[in-house]
Amino acid sequence: MAIAETIDAAPAQRSGYWAGVASRLRRDPVTMICLAVLALLILSAIFAPFLGLQDPYKGSMIARLKPIGTPGHPLGTDEQGRDMLARLIYGGRLTLFIGLMPVVLAFFVGSILGIVAGYAGGMVNTVIMRTVDVFFAFPSVLLAIAISGALGAGIVNSLVSLTIVFIPPLTRVAEAVTSGVRSLDYIDAARASGASALTVIRVHVIGNVLSPIFVYATSLTSVCMILAAGLSFLGIGVRPPEPEWGLMLNTLRSAIYVNPWLSALPGLMIFITSLCLNLVSDGVRSAMNVHD
Amino acid sequence: MKAPLVEIQDLVVRFKGDRTVHAINGLDLTLQQGETLALLGESGSGKSVTLKTLLALLPPKRSEVEGGIAVNGTDVRKLKGKALQKYRGGEVSMVFQDPGLALDPVYTVGAQISEAVMRHKGVSRDEAMSTALDMLRRVRIPSPERRLKNYPHELSGGMRQRVMIALALACRPRLLLADEPTTALDATVQIQILLLLRELQREFGMGVIFVTHDIGVAVEVSERIAVMYAGQIVEEGTTSEIINNPRHPYTQGLLAANLHDVARGERLNAIPGAPPPLEERPTACSFAPRCPIAGPECRASLPDFVTLAPRRRVACFRALEAAAAE
Repeated sequence: MAIAETIDAAPAQRSGYWAGVASRLRRDPVTMICLAVLALLILSAIFAPFLGLQDPYKGSMIARLKPIGTPGHPLGTDEQGRDMLARLIYGGRLTLFIGLMPVVLAFFVGSILGIVAGYAGGMVNTVIMRTVDVFFAFPSVLLAIAISGALGAGIVNSLVSLTIVFIPPLTRVAEAVTSGVRSLDYIDAARASGASALTVIRVHVIGNVLSPIFVYATSLTSVCMILAAGLSFLGIGVRPPEPEWGLMLNTLRSAIYVNPWLSALPGLMIFITSLCLNLVSDGVRSAMNVHD
Repeated sequence: MKAPLVEIQDLVVRFKGDRTVHAINGLDLTLQQGETLALLGESGSGKSVTLKTLLALLPPKRSEVEGGIAVNGTDVRKLKGKALQKYRGGEVSMVFQDPGLALDPVYTVGAQISEAVMRHKGVSRDEAMSTALDMLRRVRIPSPERRLKNYPHELSGGMRQRVMIALALACRPRLLLADEPTTALDATVQIQILLLLRELQREFGMGVIFVTHDIGVAVEVSERIAVMYAGQIVEEGTTSEIINNPRHPYTQGLLAANLHDVARGERLNAIPGAPPPLEERPTACSFAPRCPIAGPECRASLPDFVTLAPRRRVACFRALEAAAAE
């Protein structure tokens, strides 16, 4: 007995799961760089008014389409003579908001639907999952365009349409994870120790399904950003004169022969942001995946 | 005689679905306060189903339960909502087969034990934590203060089963159900857990129903044994009665199939055939097709219990002959 217990005592003290994830993340340079870039983008977007930038809405008829490096306009000016640097940074506010918010909303709605469907099973599951399946029949871009088109342009409408687009995949994942967890012994054990159905879901189901759903949701953020920018590009998202990267890409499109580098800038921002989101979500996923 | 702790009368459990399975067919069982009973039988004989029925854990949509189940005078089948939650874990609790699966991987051991304590005793988190610490000491976990903050995956199999036992006993149930608690463990750890369970049973004075397919384990922990076959109890008695004087041919077969005193190279005494499919409710002795001494009456009707002594019974037409033949 004594021998067994000395062996048992061997695993060293560990300071929790999240500390381990964080320390693995710190040792991953790519993820750290991407996180830094994202942090910079988000912070500069939030604190844009305090950065001493020019007014992103104020144009000038004489200073139109100035190239990158013009004095007073480090990144040039757009087709209405507005400062590109200011517009790109202010544009981050809307772009990141419409790019991330739908995933956050869909995360909540999809998790609730999926957990309910997965835990209840039977008729409830059939109703929820078959409804969700209907949405899977459409490609996500088409669905977003169709809903946005039907609701009309505007920030709220594009938020709504993108949320609807991302609810089905998240519900699907939540349902799959939940029905896997539901049949495990510790759910029975919790019931056997007198937990009510609500406690079982609140404590044992949510505790175990949330992190896989969360990881999946982070991988959707880059898609969502591109979709949001795409909607604005097509004129069914954000309306001018709001600075937004997709919309800027569209308005600068006509200037591509005059000043190609300038018109590529909003696209570059979209590219960098979605790339960083993707790499960070990969990094977080592999950092969280150790004990499976 | 005191009222029994557990009284099961003519229990029938059927699972519906694509095909009906008659899991339990007319099971009678009594357990006195502070007694340890081993339910012995092979896989699919209905041992675990009996335990789950006692806790009302079977999925209500797919199972039909008939008969009477009373624990400590309460009719378990009538319990609902709050009363059922109080009963589960408070009156009766369960130790599962695989502690690796029965502990929630995302909470610390202390959080899981104190959660159950808070639920049943309505105490504060700090008090519940100190109860959890006390329980870890009682199940002889070394450096319990540190283990309280461990996650299940940081513990070894034996330690996890100790935690599982601590969790089950934290609210001082009158009845402990143990569903093959040692099957998933190493042989050396098995015996430690069995000794621990026996000690705690004496300490807490609770009734224990111990499900196992291992006759050696049953002998080690229990004072009484009930042998199950095809959803029925075929023989019941004290451990020494069952071991020394088995009356049912199935029990005799189980004892003969023991590996221990067989010489190397000799054939093992297995029971020929396999357990019957339970798609129909048996109308004759379920063991007859595999029984070496079955006669025509065994294949025609269900044998009644022959009561050989108080609390000693066997369901076999030939129980008396079989004994005489020896």
